[in-house]
Amino acid sequence: MNRRSFVKKVLNGSIAGSLYLVWPMGSGSLEISQQIPEQIPGIREKEYDILNQEFAFIVDITRCIGCGSCCVADKREYNVPDGNYRTWVERYVKGFSDKIYVDSPNGGLEGYQHPRTDIEEKIRDTFFVPKLCNMCKEAPCVQVCPVGATFISPDGFVLVDEKRCVGCAYCIQACPYSVRFIHPDKKTVEKCTWCYQRVRKGLLPACVEVCPTGARKFGSMKDETSEVYKILKGPGVLTVLKKEMGTFPALYYKGARREVI
Amino acid sequence: MDAAHSSTAIAISNYVFPNDLHVHWSMMIVLYPYITGLVDGAFIIAALYYLFDIKSLRPVARFSLLFALAFLAIATLPLLLHLGRPERNFNMLLTPSPSSAMAGFGYIYAVSMGVLVFIVLFVYRPDLVELRAKSKGLMKFLYRALTFDSIDLSKDALELDRKIIRFLVGIGIPVAVVLHGYVGFIFGGVKANPTWSTPLMPVIFLFSACVSGISAIILAYIVIRKIKGRSIDHGCIKTCIQTLTLFFILAFTFEMLEVFSHSYLKSGYHHMVEGLLNGPLASSFWLWQVKICSIIPLFILGVLGLFTIKKNIYNFMAAIVSAMLLLQVLIMRWNVVIGGQLMSKSARGYTEFHPEWFDKEGIIAVIIVMAIPFIILFVLSRIFPFWEQDNETNVK
Repeated sequence: MNRRSFVKKVLNGSIAGSLYLVWPMGSGSLEISQQIPEQIPGIREKEYDILNQEFAFIVDITRCIGCGSCCVADKREYNVPDGNYRTWVERYVKGFSDKIYVDSPNGGLEGYQHPRTDIEEKIRDTFFVPKLCNMCKEAPCVQVCPVGATFISPDGFVLVDEKRCVGCAYCIQACPYSVRFIHPDKKTVEKCTWCYQRVRKGLLPACVEVCPTGARKFGSMKDETSEVYKILKGPGVLTVLKKEMGTFPALYYKGARREVI
Repeated sequence: MDAAHSSTAIAISNYVFPNDLHVHWSMMIVLYPYITGLVDGAFIIAALYYLFDIKSLRPVARFSLLFALAFLAIATLPLLLHLGRPERNFNMLLTPSPSSAMAGFGYIYAVSMGVLVFIVLFVYRPDLVELRAKSKGLMKFLYRALTFDSIDLSKDALELDRKIIRFLVGIGIPVAVVLHGYVGFIFGGVKANPTWSTPLMPVIFLFSACVSGISAIILAYIVIRKIKGRSIDHGCIKTCIQTLTLFFILAFTFEMLEVFSHSYLKSGYHHMVEGLLNGPLASSFWLWQVKICSIIPLFILGVLGLFTIKKNIYNFMAAIVSAMLLLQVLIMRWNVVIGGQLMSKSARGYTEFHPEWFDKEGIIAVIIVMAIPFIILFVLSRIFPFWEQDNETNVK
């Protein structure tokens, strides 16, 4: 073996070796999502029966620390354009005079790192309220959509078909929770979907996955071992937003004060 | 909610949901009910003559049909300019969602357009047959098409025409009422918005539609006749003003009833509605819509109705009051459509609306949209003569 062929073989070997390292040989047959361990038990093991599903989302206000991680995860998951929000976190401050001061600068995307300095009275309490689609069972947005672009899927998700949406914004007017917006480039409506594409693969919604305190909980009501099932079955008080609208949300709040709108 | 009662608290707790900062339904959606309202009101004048035999309205009856047609022809334009994906507009007709109030628009619009076109053709048939005989070339062909190639002007044929017109106008009234009452329902059916969600909304829209349409006919009749140097039929103006007075009393009463109900019932989000009318809308609602453009016209209409006034002064005052009421209805549409959206659904704050000049829903676009019906009206005047007695006045 001369020097030339030796160098050649070493080069070939190192190229082949590095290729071996970057090529996902062993798991090539699996989808990326399936390499991640299942987060919602029971979705992957059997065929998804779309007619026999029920999911619930619970926001525990007593746990939210206003870090904004959920907002960041959401913005990255969907490339949400600036100034529009699929989810956001509000900061409530309650004074001893019972006045309520609410703000949500940039939807809480940067997290609440500094206290409010513009409130003069003594503060009695403060808390954070994450907001997202309420997935109403009687969804006003679905009712008013003139072309049926917004619909409720058989498994209970309020979704938008962006190929059908005409961008009339009637659903935006009809949504009591203001979770919808017109995408500035697509000119069609967008909203939180509870990460439907992730749920179908057994993964939690992005915001739930990143929440460091468990303030956002998601799960199947068909699974009696799930946390949401246990909470909804238990004696704790849960509320929904704007109950008087008759929308019957599937999004529940734990520990929400009466001031939360 | 308690915060809203203190003005200092509002200043630092004016919280608007982050997606509510932008007003989604802007000036084009103000124009849309305004335009359909003009159509409705103009049609009412024609209906009073053709169906209810109010003879004094004869001079403006044909003109109001053409006026209605010119505005109905562009009623969809502001909507198309507003849609994010206007190329998909036919989906509303092809794949409508039956639960949506908005899905009915295309059908209601098509029916009103069809009825109105046929009324115009039958009303004008004797003239069109005459014009056909006089004209040549392309115009002759056009008149031939518009008369469906019929030149029968016998007594029997005209009597049949009269019956058909009465029948079509009879259908036209409920269609016109549905067209505009439905526009009111589009707003009245939004339960998430406390200023919109009231069963009074279609009623208010309907009466104010009649007000704007009748005002437009009075003003257009007086202005066009003045410019052309022709006589103004005083009896006709008087009947129009009387009808206008009736509809305006009804419209204004219901507008005020809605505000009164909110403040008296104090239900739901009444503090938000009060805050809106006394805050961001203080000048456009109380000053412009109520004080300047409603109270003053009511006073003028009262003077016109109660006192004997010289014809010239009467006509002048009629034109002034009509112009003011046209403005009143436009401001009312603005206050409902844009004003209603200034309230955030957070029930804790109000957003702002700043109209842009060069936007597809901007001020320039609004001016263009409102100019088009007048161009259409001008073109229509070349085909359908506005006034019946023109020949007589020309001779004079």
